[in-house]
Amino acid sequence: MLRKLTLTAVLMGASALGAQAQDLRIALQSDADVLDPDQSRTFVGRIVYTALCDKLVDITPELELIGQLATDWSWNDDQTQLTMQLREGVTFHDGTPFNAEAVAYNIERSQTLEESRRKSEVASITGTEVLGEYEIRLDLEQPDATLLAQLADRAGMMISPTAAREAGADFGSNPVCSGPFAFDNRVAQDRIVLKKYADYWNADEINFETVTYLPIPDNTVRLANLQSGDVDIVDRVSATDLEQAKADPKVQIESAVSLGYQGITINVGNGDKAKNPLGEDSKIRRALSLAIDREALNQVVFNGAFAAGNQPFPPNSPWFDPDHPIPERDVEAAKALLAEAGYPDGITIEIQAPNSTEPQQVMQVVQAMAAEAGITIEIVSKEFATMLQDQTAGDYTASQVGWSGRVDPDGNIHQFLTTGGGINDSGYSNAQVDEYLNAARVTNDTAERKELYNKARDILMEDSPLVYLYHPTWIWGLAEGVEGFTPYADGMIRLEGVSLSE
Amino acid sequence: MAHVAEPAGAEALDAKSESRVWKKFRSHRSAMLGGVIVLFFVLLAILAPILPIPDPTATDWGAVRKAPSLAHPMGTDEIGRDVMSRLIWGARASLMAGVLSVAIALGIGVPLGIAAGYFGGWTDSVISRCTEALLAAPFLILAIALAAFLGPSLGNAMIAIGLSATPIFIRLTRGQVISVAAEDYVESANAIGLPTMKILSRYIFPNVLPPVLVQATLTVATAIIAEASLSFLGLGQQPPAPSWGSMLNTAKNFLNQAPWMALWPGIAIFLVVLGFNLLGDGLRDALDPRET
Amino acid sequence: MLAFIGRRILVAIPTIVLISIFVFSLQQLLPGDPILAMAGEERDPETIAFLREKYGFNDPLPVQYVKWVTGVVQGDLGISLRSNQPVSELLLQKLPVTIQLAIMAMIFAIAIGVPMGIVSAVKKGTVLDYAANLIALSGLSIPNFWLGIMLILLVSVKWGLLPASGYVPPGEDLWLSIKTMLMPAFVLGTALAATLMRHTRSAMLGVLKSDYVRTARAKGLKERRVILKHAFRNALVPIVTLMALLFGELIAGAVLTEQIFTIPGFGKLVVDAVFNRDYAVVQGIVLCTAVGFIIMNLVADAAYFALNPRLRKQ
Repeated sequence: MLRKLTLTAVLMGASALGAQAQDLRIALQSDADVLDPDQSRTFVGRIVYTALCDKLVDITPELELIGQLATDWSWNDDQTQLTMQLREGVTFHDGTPFNAEAVAYNIERSQTLEESRRKSEVASITGTEVLGEYEIRLDLEQPDATLLAQLADRAGMMISPTAAREAGADFGSNPVCSGPFAFDNRVAQDRIVLKKYADYWNADEINFETVTYLPIPDNTVRLANLQSGDVDIVDRVSATDLEQAKADPKVQIESAVSLGYQGITINVGNGDKAKNPLGEDSKIRRALSLAIDREALNQVVFNGAFAAGNQPFPPNSPWFDPDHPIPERDVEAAKALLAEAGYPDGITIEIQAPNSTEPQQVMQVVQAMAAEAGITIEIVSKEFATMLQDQTAGDYTASQVGWSGRVDPDGNIHQFLTTGGGINDSGYSNAQVDEYLNAARVTNDTAERKELYNKARDILMEDSPLVYLYHPTWIWGLAEGVEGFTPYADGMIRLEGVSLSE
Repeated sequence: MAHVAEPAGAEALDAKSESRVWKKFRSHRSAMLGGVIVLFFVLLAILAPILPIPDPTATDWGAVRKAPSLAHPMGTDEIGRDVMSRLIWGARASLMAGVLSVAIALGIGVPLGIAAGYFGGWTDSVISRCTEALLAAPFLILAIALAAFLGPSLGNAMIAIGLSATPIFIRLTRGQVISVAAEDYVESANAIGLPTMKILSRYIFPNVLPPVLVQATLTVATAIIAEASLSFLGLGQQPPAPSWGSMLNTAKNFLNQAPWMALWPGIAIFLVVLGFNLLGDGLRDALDPRET
Repeated sequence: MLAFIGRRILVAIPTIVLISIFVFSLQQLLPGDPILAMAGEERDPETIAFLREKYGFNDPLPVQYVKWVTGVVQGDLGISLRSNQPVSELLLQKLPVTIQLAIMAMIFAIAIGVPMGIVSAVKKGTVLDYAANLIALSGLSIPNFWLGIMLILLVSVKWGLLPASGYVPPGEDLWLSIKTMLMPAFVLGTALAATLMRHTRSAMLGVLKSDYVRTARAKGLKERRVILKHAFRNALVPIVTLMALLFGELIAGAVLTEQIFTIPGFGKLVVDAVFNRDYAVVQGIVLCTAVGFIIMNLVADAAYFALNPRLRKQ
């Protein structure tokens, strides 16, 4: 029995090798949701779009904006009009030509489709003007520094107007875009198969006939699939598997510090639950922050593969404020702050966390560290769905959550910390911070924006409504034959130039 | 996975048969082995606070995921806690989950089963239909839905498992009651006008007890696995307190670097469940009047 | 016989109605707003309000229930909130997967459980019997998610013999499909093999003591023939009945197995749906499994009826 198995395994291995050069198999951490850029909401969905749907703008590994379907753009003097030159000769997968009309349609759809989740991202656009077959102007009410970055993400993904008009809100079951690969088929929770689009404008850079995305949620199993040769690229290798993956000659590792963060959001003004010492006194929040050894946390839970952090931007980001370096752990100072706040004998606080392994591990380490400073943390585990609801409703005192990160700094801070912000679950409200963050939105001057963020940071450090802990690192595992892969801080898997040798 | 109970015969437990049962049970070697295993883990669970072991929640950043050694005979876990200590304390959670959830199932299932079986008619129809409905929903799916509804915690997992296991006991008890109620002595007790409560407590209940006891023992085994399964899905015991299932849930992320984290709790679950299964088997044989 | 089955179907109807109400009330009971759960990182209140209206979450619960039942009767189980696919389509996609897993697990279980049961009954009281019993009990006692993880680690990662996870439709590549399903089917089949072995053993023991086996032996038939032809055939009745009953359990047992081996079947669908609060899917699956369970019970009863000559004569 065993010998028979071994033999077939060998045979299988041989036949699999022959087929691999045609098909690239990518294992993702979870299944994508609906494949309509206007309705989609998951991170893995964005990974699939990288191959399926081209955007107006893209980013370089250094996070500079470059053209993709737009080749060039310019602002008018008061930065309320963005004129874009479009790539010529591009067609959607159904043959519909890509032109200024198509861009106008896409922006209108993002704004008006009732199911659209892109509304806030393109809210600043008041109108579009088709200036020529390949030239379009976007009109804004006021300058919007974040717009180009939005157009480098789902809001800038162009779908075929013909297909979209026909399918309406059901577009996602058979998406038609203009990316290097066209939609072939999908079995929910099992696979998404894309096939090469022969008429792609950059087809020379594409080396596969098909690409198959397989959702494999379990970290161990996902890596095992790479090691056994069943997949070629895996998304999010867990940090603790890094050593073992590196030791395997059949596996290559690539990584990039992400744009996102993980931290503890504290309810300071979202309903009655904010009325507790932690929510009312920033000294206790700062004591909590001081009690945590962020580097040790990173070492223990992530083998040091992530980046410790204390701001919404990672330390290697140009937006990081060097005036507030990552604090050393200071238990005595934490105790002193607690005493100052009126709790010389310590205090008990409650923090909710999702019931999955990694956040639980982080919270247990934080719990142990805080205990030494006299802060007893009670961890309340909740399912993610429940946690989200309680958080939105203000039914929590503190919550361990993160953010996957956006290219423009505004995306990591504005909606969380401005009064009435879309995801301001903390209920934080400070007129001065609002002013700085709003101002940073409406100027395209990078130096001026940075100045504004730094000023806001000074206040936010004092108030600490959100205690940042670390920035995850994207870690990809590649089969030994994979070449030309470039890691990006946005966690996407871009397939241009990627090849697989046998 | 729930056992499909092999019915044991009905038999009143008088003093004589009791000693016979015990004798039979004692001579049942594998049942004794099961008893010893269960006793061992029960003792571990009870003695956990006074055993000379480290605090199961004490972390040590310097000893994260260390292989078994003299200091840590079963190694340490992902944040430097002693695995052996967590295993011993985890016995409490796992055994409690097994026993209490079965207690819940018994507490609800047996009275309902007796009511359905003894009173028959309308009562029986309502209870039986509900039982069938619950039985038709797969055990684990039911438990997952209930545990998700109640929120992830050990107590809620026990309630979820207990409720999911209830229909088995309703059905078993009902069947037993119906067969006993048809016996001559019950009918004659009825005829001489003995109060219902008395008939129930004197004749029906003692006869229902043996098969229920067997099923309960076997269900404890099922319940321990169910708790481990729910914890494995993140719906059982919550950190930092240990249970075997939640230890396994974490351990599955470190299979390559720290296989001992998965090995010991897996073995512990296996042994305890085996113990209860052996015990249940022995009980069944001992209480079964057909075989001598 | 027909009257018997007809009666059983009539009895099953209230059961199914009860289940549907129970399942439906889950969505009111479960904490976590389904629309919010699917909202993801961006949570635009306007869109959320629109979706809540679109999917009918603003209606009173009884109205939602009636709407749902009306749909179900017409074969429309609603739309998955997460993937926007019709639930009936999802179920049809997943059902063959789980059935393949269940059938393969059943084959494992029969191939291991039945012979072991026969041997252990025939050799009752010997070392062989004890060993078989102990193995069976061990099979029942191993948590199958743990067994699954250990097997992946050994068979796929260490030895590289079988694919670690996933699913290949048999239509695409039959051999690869079977290979991929081998480990999960084994894991799922262990507990079943144990149950089957124990029941085969007790059924065989019962039959071996019966008069006609004694008669057969007295007639001087070869022991082998007595056991296989006379005894086993009669022991088959309870075994077949049991298998039909276990099939339902098998589907339920697939929940964890599919979770570990990332098999896109019923079990994985239901767990993900519960966690994502994708109610239409949860309701669809539970209803579907419940109906399946009831059908299997019917089949078991019918089989019992058909295989048991004494009952047939009545």
